[in-house]
Amino acid sequence: MDASVSFLLNGKSVTVQSPRDRMLVWVLRDELGLTGTKVGCEAGLCGACTVLVDSEAVPSCSTSLGDVAGKAVLTIEGLAVDGKLDPVQKAFQDHHAFQCGYCTSGMIMAAWAFLKKKPRATRAEIVEAMEGNICRCGAHVRILDAVESVGKATGGVR
Amino acid sequence: MRRRTFLEAATGVLTFFFITPAGAAPIEPTRPSNYPEDFNAFLKISADGRVGCFVGKTELGQGAMTVLAMLVAEELELDPAQVDMLLGDTDLCPWDLPTGGSLTMWHTAPVLRGAAAEARAVLLGMASKALGAPVADLALKDGAIWVKAAPKRRTSFGELVKGRKMERHLGKVKPKPLSECTVIGRRIPRRDALAKITGAAKYAGDLRLPGTLHACILRAPAHGLTLTTADTTAAEGVPGVRIVRDGTLLAVLHPQPDTARKALALVKGTFEGTELDVDDVRIYQYLVDKAATGQRVMIARGDVAAGEKRAATVVEGEYRNAYESHATLEPHTSVAKWEEGRMTVWASTQSPFVFRDAVAGALKLGQDKVRIIAQFVGGGFGGKLVGPGAIEAARIARQVPGVPIQVAWNREEDLFLDGYRPAAVVKIRSGLDAGRGAITFWDNTAAGVSQGEAEFAYEMQTNKYQAPAVPDLHPLKVGAWRAPNAHTNAFARECQLDALAAKAGLDPVTLRRRLATDARLLRLLDLAVGTFGWEPAAGPTGRGIGLACGAWRQAMVVAVAQVAVDKATGMVRVERFLEAVDVGLVVNPDGARQQVEGAITMCIGQALSEEIHFKGGRILDKNFDTYLLPRFSAIPRIQVVFADNSTMATQGIGEPPVVPVAAALANAVFDATGARVTHVPFTPERVLEALKRVPAK
Repeated sequence: MDASVSFLLNGKSVTVQSPRDRMLVWVLRDELGLTGTKVGCEAGLCGACTVLVDSEAVPSCSTSLGDVAGKAVLTIEGLAVDGKLDPVQKAFQDHHAFQCGYCTSGMIMAAWAFLKKKPRATRAEIVEAMEGNICRCGAHVRILDAVESVGKATGGVR
Repeated sequence: MRRRTFLEAATGVLTFFFITPAGAAPIEPTRPSNYPEDFNAFLKISADGRVGCFVGKTELGQGAMTVLAMLVAEELELDPAQVDMLLGDTDLCPWDLPTGGSLTMWHTAPVLRGAAAEARAVLLGMASKALGAPVADLALKDGAIWVKAAPKRRTSFGELVKGRKMERHLGKVKPKPLSECTVIGRRIPRRDALAKITGAAKYAGDLRLPGTLHACILRAPAHGLTLTTADTTAAEGVPGVRIVRDGTLLAVLHPQPDTARKALALVKGTFEGTELDVDDVRIYQYLVDKAATGQRVMIARGDVAAGEKRAATVVEGEYRNAYESHATLEPHTSVAKWEEGRMTVWASTQSPFVFRDAVAGALKLGQDKVRIIAQFVGGGFGGKLVGPGAIEAARIARQVPGVPIQVAWNREEDLFLDGYRPAAVVKIRSGLDAGRGAITFWDNTAAGVSQGEAEFAYEMQTNKYQAPAVPDLHPLKVGAWRAPNAHTNAFARECQLDALAAKAGLDPVTLRRRLATDARLLRLLDLAVGTFGWEPAAGPTGRGIGLACGAWRQAMVVAVAQVAVDKATGMVRVERFLEAVDVGLVVNPDGARQQVEGAITMCIGQALSEEIHFKGGRILDKNFDTYLLPRFSAIPRIQVVFADNSTMATQGIGEPPVVPVAAALANAVFDATGARVTHVPFTPERVLEALKRVPAK
């Protein structure tokens, strides 16, 4: 049954009419047209659909609309501010830390959430933080380099 | 828009038709004879001076759009960013082979580069007339052409082509010599970077065509079964649901993808048919038995029996690999729309023209009635060379005219419907002479694969390779998986050589040096072991270092792996992996490096964990909880070095680095433990079994 659910999406308030148990990924992609968040496994196993809910990285395929009521959701589309790329995005761009790009949104969001908590992490800590995100093309080394470089260069994310 | 119509509609456009590619290097690719003569490449120079490049390949993440733009920019003295790329639209792009087999740089690149060289010559000729100066006195850069001695006397691509239209057939213009190249060999920013890091890149599932219905298809629970009857009453009770049936295809349509999926679960289907009585354990004997009914000798050189008499060291090996899925992170996805007698399919595809012909065939339409528009592709690896999902979308769309139909397989469907890397058994008997410098015989019998890249640049006095010519050999659907056949054959060959070296008490690199028939291989071995720091020793040394070689076409790769094996659990941990790669001229160094890094990473999964489990026609792996892809913690330190071989034509880089990975890792496991793992993937269970077979000292 449809419900009226409000939350903060990329800094702006939105209200959606949809069942509370509908998964967030469909609300984002289908209702709100934000297709940067990808669908890879629908079971929280691959991380392609990772978004931030109150700064925590979650798989949006396994997070219901009701779960985000009144919370702040950040997707890949909300990361750049006033057209200026976020340092994490910039690092992925500079390192060519992707190939097909299908995992990239989720990778960037997972990295962002991690760096927010721990700007200066060891390589091993970054590996552990990114373990839930799958890259099939094998950009792993570059992704780790990119995430590591953000911590070093800027001391973290905004 | 049809290509011709597009050409005619474009005003102020200079168009070129190219017939002959002018090659740049001594070893030339063989052009497929079915490349239509006037369809090889197509460049468009607009009145605003921008250069458009239309190619029938697709962007899979391998960097095709970046490297092809580099070639055009090189010849026309542009920055690559000044070239607009349009890939994979069958109405607008010239016919091309699939984006696979590392063919983009082998087939398409020389044609395109030759085309751009011709365009340069034509533009200079036009400028010469316009400026009243001989071509030799002209300079060219960033779309401007001027008289060197009088830079104010200048014109531009845009001015030259304005209001004109001309067709040119390619003559004998040679591309620039390498010494004058300024783009080739440079690190160029990937063209797809901004779109991919901002989430703006559109994959087939991201299209939002108004009125789209999402179609979820009723699947048989097992291969071999087909739909007979279905009760759709409950599904039809879901508001907005529409059911489409076309023979054995039944789809539930809904404006929301997740609602369509839920409604599909309410459909009760009955299926009939027969599942084959085989599973992931019995498959190997099944293949051997079935192959035996039709083995054919594919390679026969020398007298094997006589060679065996000359052997001092004989090794018998049996090598296996499981079915493996492509498991692209983006599952197969297509959107089809039937309108005004034409079918348009926006697809995740490696092969726009194969998809076009397949859709046309399935719907009994002329090829000109089907248009495929490739989107960004979320990984291919050979899995998206054929388009069953595109055909499904088109069949459904045909029944609901004017309505865009999206078919996006979920992970379970993608693992179920994939055409896997074939399971295989390769048996080899071979021997080494007393001087440990010659392979006196090599007798190879394969089941499941064919002889692709079975031979390598090794001296072998005899060589026999048998492979089955048996129709429907495999109980499951198989397909091309990055470097098809080559990685299976290289795994067997390189592990067998390693076993021969060990049995004869010889350093494995030394044996390969003695066998090498190609100076390139010797140089590449030097580069690999020199960079790695390989100390010659007969295995097993306990160091956990292994080496393997491989080829794809004329590309050559030497891989060196270092592993640590936990003898209690059987876990293999890859600590370091190096590849030395000779692919001829490297056009885009960072792009090439990415392909090698990616191949190594992907094949760590191939070697250690990826396996399709099945029982009869049922695929037991439904998702990434049992189908195990390599994650960050599995990735070692990776090193890539390229041989300096710029006089050889660019070979393509997608497949070559795949070829020796599993063999290098297996040889490293042997070096670490004395246990020979012969079954890919070598999971902890298989490593433990292999450890049990090691004789106590």
